[in-house]
Amino acid sequence: MNVLEKIRDYFENNTPVFLHNLETHVWLSTVSMMVAILLCVPLGIWISKKLHIANYIINAINIFRVIPSLAILALAMPLLGVGFLPAAVALTILACPPILINTYVAFREINPSIREAAFGMGMTPMQTVLKVEFPLALPVVLAGVRTASVEIIASATLAVLIGGGGLGNYIINGVSMMSESFLLIGAIPVSLLAILSEVVFSFLQRRTSY
Amino acid sequence: MSYLFDNLDLVAEYFWEHLRLTFSSLGIALCFAVPIGLFIAKFRKLHMPVTGVLGVIYTIPSMALYAALIPYTGLGVTTAMIGLVAYAQMILVRNVHAAITGIDPAMIEAAKGMGLNAWQIIFKIELPLAVPVVLAGIRIATVSIISIGTVAAWIGGGGLGRLIFQGLNHDHIGKILAGTISIAVLAIGMDLLFRLLEKLLGPKTA
Repeated sequence: MNVLEKIRDYFENNTPVFLHNLETHVWLSTVSMMVAILLCVPLGIWISKKLHIANYIINAINIFRVIPSLAILALAMPLLGVGFLPAAVALTILACPPILINTYVAFREINPSIREAAFGMGMTPMQTVLKVEFPLALPVVLAGVRTASVEIIASATLAVLIGGGGLGNYIINGVSMMSESFLLIGAIPVSLLAILSEVVFSFLQRRTSY
Repeated sequence: MSYLFDNLDLVAEYFWEHLRLTFSSLGIALCFAVPIGLFIAKFRKLHMPVTGVLGVIYTIPSMALYAALIPYTGLGVTTAMIGLVAYAQMILVRNVHAAITGIDPAMIEAAKGMGLNAWQIIFKIELPLAVPVVLAGIRIATVSIISIGTVAAWIGGGGLGRLIFQGLNHDHIGKILAGTISIAVLAIGMDLLFRLLEKLLGPKTA
């Protein structure tokens, strides 16, 4: 049997299993991204207003960011145990640096005279952030989200090692069993997911730029 | 924690293995990236297609790329290195290209005026001026290679990733900690080392 036949054979009997793995993978990535965005965008905005502490935080994050994703995922196991939640926590931590740094840079780079003008028109600080600064910063923030999403989809492949499930199942088992069809059943959808998120976010990034 | 200190020589061996894998991949990657970067800086029409292809490769998750490579190149260091070199290309080519195109055209003009030929301009003017920017690319590439190299242990690439995978498989927390701590030390150390180099070799011509 050649590889294509084996893959077709697998899908004939196990399509629900595949869909379940795909769903776990997408869900794991989405949850982590959502939490990371909800945490890091406000934090990024906040530190962009506090320049004296921002430098320390950004430097610390830049150092932290260098640590390999596998190490972060592996550390989640002794600290949090195995399963979906530890994997999601580890992935959220991995998604934070790009989003935080890009949000910070985007808000810092906004021309102060624009902010001045908003104040002059009688906007409150909250209104200035939401109605003036946020739309201006959005493309750069989205660039951070894009980087993070590609990284998260890739790292979610490793989540299976700490019991998080997902498409990594096929790749890890494919290596163990040296099964070409399993390797491809895992590799192709994961790659497509990563490329898809890259394309979608670059599109959004372009649409929101002025 | 005690595992790390009880087995320092084993960890050190994996550490060197990881370092060797990282730098041999980096060396090979540079052999491709510098000419490609130069080439697309000279022939601008090629810039979009080349970076497009490299971008797609870069987007593919490392595990998936390895999974696709295994049927052809098998398990082992070769496969690991092919993946690492492929990922580093995107970062390095982009930086070489940015470094060359970022050079003030007046410098090239001056070099031409002094009678340098096209090769002399590349080797005596453009490449030396490109060094700081390329070095930044090398730093990012090194860190990425170290990171992906950890995953490569799964397909027989060796290195510190082995400790992490063994730890995860055998539920051995000491190994996980030893692996994560030493890999963090390696990655952060290399990052700082290259930042220092960038400062030392930074713009002397202001």
